[in-house]
Amino acid sequence: MSRLLSNYGMLAVLLVLAAMFSVLTVDRQAPSGAASGRQLAARLAETLQPDDGVLIVVRPSDEECRFAEALRDALEAGGYRVVDVVSGDPADARRALVRVTDTQQPLAAIACSPTTADWSVFEDLGRRYPGLGDVRLVRPESTRWPNFLKRENLINVANQIAVIAILAIGMTMVIITGGIDLSVGSLIALSAVVTTALVRDVAGANQATALGMVLCSVGGIAACAAVGAFSGVMVTAFRIPPFIVTLAMMLVASGLAYLLSQGQSIHEVPDGFISLGRGQLAGIPNAVLLMVVLYAVAHVVMSQTIIGRYIYAVGGNVEAARLSGVPVKRVVLFVYLVGGELAGLGGVITASQLKAGSPTYGQMYELYVIAAVVVGGTSLSGGEGRILGTLIGALIIAVIQNGMNLIGVESYTQKVILGAVILAAVLLDTLKRRRG
Amino acid sequence: MHDATDSRTPAADVLLRMRGVHKSFPGVHALDGVDLELLRGEVLALVGENGAGKSTLIKVLSGAHRPDAGTIEIAGRRPLIRTPLDALRAGVAVIYQEFNLVPAMSARENLFLGRERTWAGLLRHRRERREARRLFRRLGIAVDPDAACRDLPVAGQQAVEIAKALSCSARLVVMDEPSATLTTREVEQLFAVIGRLKRRGIGVIYVTHRLEEVFAIADRVTVLRDGRHVATQPTAELSRERLIELMVGRRLENEFPKRSVQRGEPRLRVEGLRRGDRVRDVSFQVRRGEVLALTGLVGAGRTETARLVFGADVADRGTIVLDGRTLSIRCPRDAIRAGICLLTEDRKSQGLVLGLSVRENFGLPNLPQFASFGFVRRPRERMALVRFVDDLQIKTPHFEQPVRNLSGGNQQKVVLAKWLQQNAKVILFDEPTRGIDVGAKYEIYRLINDLAARGMAIVMISSELPEVLGMSDRILVMHEGRITGEITDVARATQEQIMDLAVA
Repeated sequence: MSRLLSNYGMLAVLLVLAAMFSVLTVDRQAPSGAASGRQLAARLAETLQPDDGVLIVVRPSDEECRFAEALRDALEAGGYRVVDVVSGDPADARRALVRVTDTQQPLAAIACSPTTADWSVFEDLGRRYPGLGDVRLVRPESTRWPNFLKRENLINVANQIAVIAILAIGMTMVIITGGIDLSVGSLIALSAVVTTALVRDVAGANQATALGMVLCSVGGIAACAAVGAFSGVMVTAFRIPPFIVTLAMMLVASGLAYLLSQGQSIHEVPDGFISLGRGQLAGIPNAVLLMVVLYAVAHVVMSQTIIGRYIYAVGGNVEAARLSGVPVKRVVLFVYLVGGELAGLGGVITASQLKAGSPTYGQMYELYVIAAVVVGGTSLSGGEGRILGTLIGALIIAVIQNGMNLIGVESYTQKVILGAVILAAVLLDTLKRRRG
Repeated sequence: MHDATDSRTPAADVLLRMRGVHKSFPGVHALDGVDLELLRGEVLALVGENGAGKSTLIKVLSGAHRPDAGTIEIAGRRPLIRTPLDALRAGVAVIYQEFNLVPAMSARENLFLGRERTWAGLLRHRRERREARRLFRRLGIAVDPDAACRDLPVAGQQAVEIAKALSCSARLVVMDEPSATLTTREVEQLFAVIGRLKRRGIGVIYVTHRLEEVFAIADRVTVLRDGRHVATQPTAELSRERLIELMVGRRLENEFPKRSVQRGEPRLRVEGLRRGDRVRDVSFQVRRGEVLALTGLVGAGRTETARLVFGADVADRGTIVLDGRTLSIRCPRDAIRAGICLLTEDRKSQGLVLGLSVRENFGLPNLPQFASFGFVRRPRERMALVRFVDDLQIKTPHFEQPVRNLSGGNQQKVVLAKWLQQNAKVILFDEPTRGIDVGAKYEIYRLINDLAARGMAIVMISSELPEVLGMSDRILVMHEGRITGEITDVARATQEQIMDLAVA
């Protein structure tokens, strides 16, 4: 554990941030769904006699119906009698009460959802419906739990950063070789526009098949790979500083995206187009799964393969690497190519999430991507850095943004705080390294 | 054995007195109660093997490191030295091997960097120029104050550093291997400058590996070994052998190991190699088992020739034949694949990736051997390395140690190991023992002989004539890009004979 922390010091920062936002967003959580239904049944079972009657009253929402079903099933399995399940408004509840009173059968409890329990129908039951006998009103207990740590929110955090995190893989490799790639933000737009334009013009717009859309996406990614490769050639063959080359390509790619789309968003895509960006597998968004898989692959590449070792060597000492027989130019070309491809993939995901391709996508993303890499502990001077560090860096940025949204910090203030936190995180890392 | 404090001198003459200096780093006791004494107008040579503590001692004196214990007295006072600036104020100037100069700025601007002469916030260029000229004149060196530092020769840059020390009214100047990158004539000039410093009553601590220089310039020698002070003696009372003994801690029978190798057929043949006017029509051949020395003054084109053979630079013309096969070498990869390897003179900037570990540096040219489907099999890599660590006696705590933390001799062995794994046929050594201490030098020599005995052809570039004479079977001398002479009867050759060819 201590090795993990010293290797990924930023992990500590991430955990502290998560803990902080957890504390700040603790809130009453209305219990709902099947789980709380079963919970309530268990609690009722402690006091009910066999054959006791229970009336269930919920509102007709999905959540509450699931609650009611789970509750009914659990009670019936326990041998209790569920008199009726009312799913409706207070008037329905009143009619049900009257019905139960008419049957003359004793009712032991009325099980409500947290909302229906507060209906005035259920006030003064003993006086208004003497026939019911000694009836209890029960509701599920509400719990206190941080909004930040709710499952949906955590998935949301991962989903929102997925594109930036995927781009940051390529950026980490580029920065470890001692370079930089400013074009990735524009490449998102280029890829999104190329992909959607291909779907519209070649694959048959709204009638496009799944295979057609995949091929169009490959086209969008290939366009970005070509731009990345071009940057790589400029850097290796002509020795133009990467900053300048990719700054130029940033403008070129952005301009191309506007030209291709004539400045408009391209919406002519079939509904199935969103399955990559908005689809889920086992409750986890595809973009997040893709991000996790890509990080695993990149981690293995950087730590276990020849090309990974070469990337570190080129960044550590390019002349020593060359004189050791490392194909320096191919290595540098490779990282810009991968950077371009991943940016292209990020563009496809963005287009799929938004069900459109627009030249305005991805603006300023390169800066967030670089921030994620640097916060993740990769040195801008090259030669050192870790892929998983970058993932942590990206998550730190995501957590800060999400946490501030949850506690209601408005967006201009958010920028100021985000900038300060990035600086503080890197400062901490630098101080730690100097001491070590 | 003498001790620094034994030879009591009148207090007034003592410029610097360091007593009981201790300094530890994690895992290393770098300085273990070191004493040092320097008189006014004296040149004190500080010698010792790598890792003996010379650099640490200098860094303590210059404020780069803080000692754990011990006192520093300068001219009878005890200044608090915590930062390099404190040291400078106390009159201590250090001239490191890597100069602290801004390459694009002129000699004058560098000279006054941080202490610019101004009037009402404006720079007084003319006054600076005048003062710069005066300083250079006092040192007896011709340097144009307005030349950009990057255009000055190494000696000129060094002169700027020394002048800077003088202009800060330094009372003691520490020079860390100042001659390492100088030509013979430049070294003489340096000695003349040091003579002038002496006459001004400035004390000089001269750190060096070159024992000839100790005897040429130093009044006294202080020897460190394993972080301890071993001896301080007047140079006149010491012999070269005795000095080596003090440094190594044991008697060295011979500086160069004996060897008897049968020379075989020609392995490497180079014909008509040319690149610009640095290498002009160079031809030579090396046989199996032969050690060919390539010598000459710095800048004669020796390193450039080796780089062409290795493909580090591209030749304008020329053929390279290995074992009867003509090679087409356009980059180091081609040469390495053919079995030609180069151990560069500058290990730190060209031979090793300092931040990577011993294992990773060793593996760098050899990864395809250790990998399957692009995945590096670390156990294989480690197994291969184990053999060389034993064979070459590489001293490293573990394989994951960054090579930055290894001594010069061990770094050189790591570079050698990575080439040996390649089954090298020809090894080009460029100054193989530069910056390596006496004990480790012997080991490197022994290794070179071993490699020759295994049938490799060795080309050894060296400026140290005793090394050239002691190690090689044949000597080629270069001058201004051409081979100006060949000495086949090495046993009877003299240093004068070589120098004669070198200045041809």
